[in-house]
Amino acid sequence: MARTVAAFKVDHFQFLGSDGKLLDGQQVPALARDFERLTELYKLMVLTRTFDKKAVALQRTGKLGTYASCLGHEAAHIAIGASMQEEDCFAPMYREYGAQFCRGVKMSDVLLYWGGDERGNDFSGPKHDFAWCVPIATQCLHAAGAAMAYKLRQEPRVAVSVVGDGGSSKGDFLEAINAASAWKLPLVLVIVNNQWAISVPRSKQNNAATLAQKGIAGGLPSIQVDGNDLIACLWAMDKAVTAARQGKGAFVIEMMTYRLSDHTTADDARRYRPQDEVDDAWDHEPIARLRRYLIDQQVWDDEREQTLLEESAETVQQAADEYLDIVANKPQPVTAMFDYMYAELPHDLAEQRAYAEEFPEDGGHH
Amino acid sequence: MAQITLIEGVTLALARAMKEDPSVVVLGEDVGVNGGVFRATAGLQQEFGDERVIDTPLAEVMIAGMTVGMATQGMKPVAEAQFCGFTMPMVDHLMCHAGRMRNRTRGRLSCPMVLRFPTGGGIHAPEHHSESPEALFAQMPGLRVVMPSSPSRAYGLMLAAIRDPDPVIFMEPKRIYRWQKEDVIDDGEELPLDVCFTLRDGSDLTLVTWGAMIKETLQAADQLEQQGISVEVIDVATISPLDMDTIIESVSRTGRCVIVQEAPRHCSVASEIAASLADAGIFDLLAPVKRVCGYDTVMPLYRNEMKYMPSVRRIVHAAQQVLEVS
Ligand SMILES: Cc1ncc(C[n+]2csc(CCOP(=O)(O)OP(=O)(O)O)c2C)c(N)n1
Ligand SMILES: [Mg+2]
Repeated sequence: MARTVAAFKVDHFQFLGSDGKLLDGQQVPALARDFERLTELYKLMVLTRTFDKKAVALQRTGKLGTYASCLGHEAAHIAIGASMQEEDCFAPMYREYGAQFCRGVKMSDVLLYWGGDERGNDFSGPKHDFAWCVPIATQCLHAAGAAMAYKLRQEPRVAVSVVGDGGSSKGDFLEAINAASAWKLPLVLVIVNNQWAISVPRSKQNNAATLAQKGIAGGLPSIQVDGNDLIACLWAMDKAVTAARQGKGAFVIEMMTYRLSDHTTADDARRYRPQDEVDDAWDHEPIARLRRYLIDQQVWDDEREQTLLEESAETVQQAADEYLDIVANKPQPVTAMFDYMYAELPHDLAEQRAYAEEFPEDGGHH
Repeated sequence: MAQITLIEGVTLALARAMKEDPSVVVLGEDVGVNGGVFRATAGLQQEFGDERVIDTPLAEVMIAGMTVGMATQGMKPVAEAQFCGFTMPMVDHLMCHAGRMRNRTRGRLSCPMVLRFPTGGGIHAPEHHSESPEALFAQMPGLRVVMPSSPSRAYGLMLAAIRDPDPVIFMEPKRIYRWQKEDVIDDGEELPLDVCFTLRDGSDLTLVTWGAMIKETLQAADQLEQQGISVEVIDVATISPLDMDTIIESVSRTGRCVIVQEAPRHCSVASEIAASLADAGIFDLLAPVKRVCGYDTVMPLYRNEMKYMPSVRRIVHAAQQVLEVS
């Protein structure tokens, strides 16, 4: 006779409907009435989207390299950033600008990075945060390592990492879950499930009903939230980060959202993705619904919206100008590729550095 | 016969091999519906179906490990890594399994697989997309390492790589994916996997290179020819096993050799060639053998990437230095 030795369920949390109304019959968290916090975060979401649009425009006009847009991810990303303390550690992938803006990263830093300038990775904001991480899912283990360091030193700090639906297929992510479970690490792993990994749809990654359950399989409490509902994302992040800080161990949150843009500016999603799917997704995007909610609550109106749009455009333009000025007038010298290789430049590299300095306009040595 | 690019040479060979041999399957991230991020597998899924052109989950260790597994069981998998930087998690399966499958089972199992991926810099790509790790793979016993530099060599070498009974690392120089067009006949003729190709005959100097640096090397050769210097140009094409006979024969005639590579110099393929020339004890050598390489640094982000890579001017300069020694 068989007996059940383990069973699991995955809860999905959503408070705010796509129409901006609170869902019926739900206990709504207190933060749904914290209008000061919500409007601040709403402003950041709008600013992030304004920035994103500008970055794509810069790429299209040849002023920026390949850029990974965050269009549609604003609620998820802002909630992640807003739930963290300065001393916590963020290990991003490559499109969580909203989270980073919450942490003090400058827009011009983001532009420098995608503009092919290493100084972008030396961004403003917490100096212990990790740089952007292109090798998918590797950041999850760095965050687990950071969490281990805080645990060993008994510091009340939390490491937070983000992975995509695609990245959740990699061992690095699963191994981070496993380690966090084995050692009860102060780690929050967020799967930002935007339904696509370049051209590969979520359904082709695996046949699991949710990605959150991978956390459960490894022994971590795991939930799914509507990733376009700022209130749900923030509620979940606050809960997980607080628990981790109190020594209660790690957490996995799957945020269900949608990549409204191409994968990057080098991609053309029309090759593999039906347009009506994208059109449908626009009906559920995060900014419009939060705006409607705030307007219904009479803490927001068209006039404030207009001012916000103008101010955001101005802030973003300033950042773009700053970036363009740096790359035009203060370019990195050729020696920049040597100067951070080691704490002290070894003699063989010093020779190559001197050679490069002598012929700064072209590479190579012999 | 059609005028095609290097990347189309790859596609054409893949299609040919799949038609000829039902055990050939293509797998990787975005290779199916999307046809690969560079379009190397464009149209293949439409032609051969999604069981032979397989979009995989995003997991390089899985791709490498399963490719090894499939290859041991009578399949001929051609796996794609999306960029050179993402082959790093695959190293475990290449080093510990693919390269030694035949040896450690005394021939009972073998591993006729191809791992193909775009390599090198120069296309303004993001971080981790522009490295030249050929020396890393060349260090792994049991693997062949191939890098074509023209449409016809892409076609012929890819066919040979797929048909080869052992694992082949097939590195595609993406900077010249669409540089040149060439007439390529889709006749199923493969090219040998163990010889260098002499692209230009000359008597004063031998320039040795492979992959995308062919472009700058040929331009440097043109400039030197204009100065009245007769330059022999060799495309190594297959890095493992290395055809030193062709290189030694050439250098013993010209007496001078400059090796050009995009990769860092330290412990590199250029160093191996230079060392083998030294080993061969060429008494006709008239000048020191020179290497023109990328710096021993991390490949910079794109704004400085061309300052990292050997330029035509550096190659010409190195050539003039060895020509001055008499
Ligand atoms: C290890 C690794 N393999 C492949 C890639 C190429 N690549 C970049 S993004 C991407 C898809 C990522 O999808 P997902 O994890 O869902 O994140 P999203 O981009 O959708 O936010 C791929 C395959 C990479 N950067 N790293
Ligand atoms: Mg995704």
